[in-house]
Amino acid sequence: MLGNPLDNGHESVLKISDLSKSYLMGEVRVEALKHVSLDFYSGELAVLLGASGSGKSTLINIIGGLDTPSSGSLFFHGREITAATETELTAYRRRSIGFVFQFYNLISSLSALENVQLVTEIAEDPMPPQDALRLVGLEHRLNHFPAQLSGGEQQRVAIARAVAKRPELLLCDEPTGALDFQTGKLVLDVIEKVNRELGTTTLIITHNASIAGMADRVVRLSSGEISEDRRNLTRLSPSELVW
Amino acid sequence: MKPLQRKLLRELLRLKGQMLAVAAVVACGISVFVSMSSVQYSLEASRARYYSRYRFADVFMQVKRAPEFYLETVRRIAGVASVNSRIVADVTLDVPGLDEPATGRLVSIPDYRTPVLNDLFIRSGRYIDPGKPEEVIVSKPFLEANRLAPGDHLTAVINGRKKELLIVGMGLSPEYIYEVQPGAFFPDKRRFGVIWMSRRALESAFDMSGAFNDLSLTLAHGVSEKDVIMQLDNLFSRYGSLGAYGRSEQLSDRFIADEIKQVGIQITFLPGVFLAVAVFLLNIVLRRLVATQRDQIAVLKAMGYSNEDVGIHYLGFAMIPTAVGAVVGTALGAWLGRGLMNIYADFYNFAELVYTFRFENVALAVLLSFTAALVGALGAVRKAVSLPPAEAMRPDSPVIYKPGILDRASLRRKIPVSIKIIVRNLERRPWKASITVLMISLAVAILIAGRYTYDSVDRMVQVEFAEKHREDVTLIFNNPKPPSVAYTIASLKGVLEHEYYREEPVRMRFSHRFRRISIKGMQSAEGLQRLVDKNGRQFALPPDGIVLTSALADILGVRPGDRLQLEFLQGRQLHREVLVGAVIEEILGLSAYMNLDQLNRLAGDGGVLNAAYLRIDQSKAGALYTTFKKMPGVAGIMMLKALKESFEELIAKSMTTSTLILTSFACVLAFAVVYNGARISLSERARELSSLRVLGMSKGEISFILLGEQALLTLCAIPVGFTIGIALSALLAHALSSELYRMPLVFSAYNFLFAFTVIVIVSLVSGLAVHRRLSGLDLVEVLKTRE
Repeated sequence: MLGNPLDNGHESVLKISDLSKSYLMGEVRVEALKHVSLDFYSGELAVLLGASGSGKSTLINIIGGLDTPSSGSLFFHGREITAATETELTAYRRRSIGFVFQFYNLISSLSALENVQLVTEIAEDPMPPQDALRLVGLEHRLNHFPAQLSGGEQQRVAIARAVAKRPELLLCDEPTGALDFQTGKLVLDVIEKVNRELGTTTLIITHNASIAGMADRVVRLSSGEISEDRRNLTRLSPSELVW
Repeated sequence: MKPLQRKLLRELLRLKGQMLAVAAVVACGISVFVSMSSVQYSLEASRARYYSRYRFADVFMQVKRAPEFYLETVRRIAGVASVNSRIVADVTLDVPGLDEPATGRLVSIPDYRTPVLNDLFIRSGRYIDPGKPEEVIVSKPFLEANRLAPGDHLTAVINGRKKELLIVGMGLSPEYIYEVQPGAFFPDKRRFGVIWMSRRALESAFDMSGAFNDLSLTLAHGVSEKDVIMQLDNLFSRYGSLGAYGRSEQLSDRFIADEIKQVGIQITFLPGVFLAVAVFLLNIVLRRLVATQRDQIAVLKAMGYSNEDVGIHYLGFAMIPTAVGAVVGTALGAWLGRGLMNIYADFYNFAELVYTFRFENVALAVLLSFTAALVGALGAVRKAVSLPPAEAMRPDSPVIYKPGILDRASLRRKIPVSIKIIVRNLERRPWKASITVLMISLAVAILIAGRYTYDSVDRMVQVEFAEKHREDVTLIFNNPKPPSVAYTIASLKGVLEHEYYREEPVRMRFSHRFRRISIKGMQSAEGLQRLVDKNGRQFALPPDGIVLTSALADILGVRPGDRLQLEFLQGRQLHREVLVGAVIEEILGLSAYMNLDQLNRLAGDGGVLNAAYLRIDQSKAGALYTTFKKMPGVAGIMMLKALKESFEELIAKSMTTSTLILTSFACVLAFAVVYNGARISLSERARELSSLRVLGMSKGEISFILLGEQALLTLCAIPVGFTIGIALSALLAHALSSELYRMPLVFSAYNFLFAFTVIVIVSLVSGLAVHRRLSGLDLVEVLKTRE
């Protein structure tokens, strides 16, 4: 890995080579990813930029073990995820991956605390769910149900839920997509804090180019291909972002 | 509690209406299964215990008179375990408090109590005193119906002499679990009873010392009943044997055996229907649940929950309401079973009818219901398990609508958009619509089949008590009488019409099949007794040839035109051949009819009469009854009206209960199906309906779209349900029919009207329940959230 300008002196966590994915949507075949190769490094905060339909969600789903590629391979710490069985994928998600979704995807019948417990129940060395909620500033909303929380609060519960298991990789799919500017920044703050304090390798996918400023590294996808891969010289704090 | 379990419970609570409906359907099915299988087991066990404890015989025979020493010969027949001889005679009784005469069957018992076959269970009072020939033990139903008790007196006309009898005990015997007068079909507890009396007293009264006229025996294990019967028939033909027969032809045992068989049919049929509906309901409810929770399934999998975890979670949605249904159904079944046993206790006189609630039945019921839950949940759970998490993140692919029947150019413009929406929705998923129609129609069918038995019994009563029999009184003679007896009877004041018949026991044979039966020789089929089939059609008596009921013709394998061998069992015991003139589908029993003159000719004697049908002047009934009470030579008297009343009373009680149960269960079924269908439609279409509201449609208009679809399905289901109901009734009629009776297939308009009304009301109620939710639809919220 030495000599790679993007290496940053850290260990490669994720190695993607020649990944392609196509699927049928209704009666139309969609080429979501075309021969994508990428490496991500430990502790990195990367933003994947792309317009809708650029293939970024497909990529993050494959990285998270939610989807399988049509061809190509993906290695996590040298283990080939693309060759994993269903059981291994489940274990991979359970141990190593934290997910944050655009629409939060909280279980509406469970309270904030219970939504986090959903993860801590099955993780190997989780943080106490209360701690996770404290990390996102919701220690006073433990027993509220999703319907009683604002959008930003719901997303912060989702982040707490994702990080409570102490994942090695935090995958955020349009985390601010459903939020207004102020709330969105608050949520990004939390993500940045998790990355900084816990050292979790973090991937944020978004169509919002302004968010790129907070990242160590920016990867741009268009029509299923990587069109740009650059490193920011300085990371802005989310409060400094403007859009 | 784990978060997933909490999610399960909270969401079950949210879906409580639908889940309760599922639980109620399961509960109905399980309660029928548990109650009926407990009743079946209890009846079987009570019968087996009763038979073995009181030594119920295996083979029976009535003879005219045989010497007692002949028993030794019987004992030497290979395979005969024990033998018992008795004197049995039917007499007229004068019962205190009863205007009409009653009939008593006198059965001899040993002077000193010793274990005998068909032994007595003394319920209260005591055994007879050997020194007192007037002491008797009387059957419990007769005593209770007449409010008599040990210590009271009865008068019997024994061999022409009035004899005062003292009741000392109340008894029961395995021979008379179903206690019915010979020649009658239904019990008339007030007018027929069994009286056990000292052998010595009967010997002297009937001039039978050293002789007997009734034989019962038990067989050693594994012995062929048929062989023993054949040997007995050979041995006793010269003593006027009426032919030996096994338990299957013993009336009381036959009735109970048939009853147990019928209960068995109900065990399989009804729970089957209910569990099938439960499977259907779980299927649609869970499929919908999984569809609405696609994103939740995705997130669970994304967080690392395995497919099994997710599968088990959704299986819980099927298992918990099923478990609730199984528990409630078991409790309800235990209670219903006890109630049913009480009804059986009215029909059947067991020494002890023990209601046994068996763990095995409950275990089987639970197993059955969970299998149903599993089958019902399978599709949805499989979908939840197999849903790739990334795909689950995306909304379900849009439903593809194609042009349908309404899109023909000629129709397109005329039809309002709301109707188009309804029809397209049904067109889009024709299978779902058809299955929903089928399920609602099952409820209609159960209603029809439940009330069908009412109509059928009504027809039975109409045919048997009005069309076929028009006499008031039947006098059965104890010995065959010469034709001159007609003069004596005609001279009685108050007799308006009189008609006679001969009853001649024969063995009918056709190739290798045979059957012991009595031929009824009728003077005419147009007088007091007629030949009427189960559909009420009247038959003429052919001048030549024999008329067989279809059940008998089936047993013998004959058709009209065949020639049947007759072996007369009494008198000159001639062997004759006779033409099968006609086959008639009667409701009750096995019968053979023939013109009286022809029967007399075939029997080769001058002609005798066994009984008289009388129509009497009701104003002179009292005096006539008094005459009958002391008339010698009369073995039995039957009152048609009393028989009808007692039958109706008996049937009314049991049938009202079973129809009530069936009707309520059918309502539960209909409600569950209609309500769940509407709820699921509402959930599937909430967004669409809200959009329509936003676009300016009124609440009434969107209600029309949603409920119109349900109404259309229900309306389609009604005629289908009628058809299935008729088929189901035909199946029931076939399954419940036996040698003893055939249920006529009749349906009154009221039956259909009733089913129609019940379904319409149930649909309205469930429609109203859904309508309330429709009014509460939060337009903004629905539009905001992602489907």
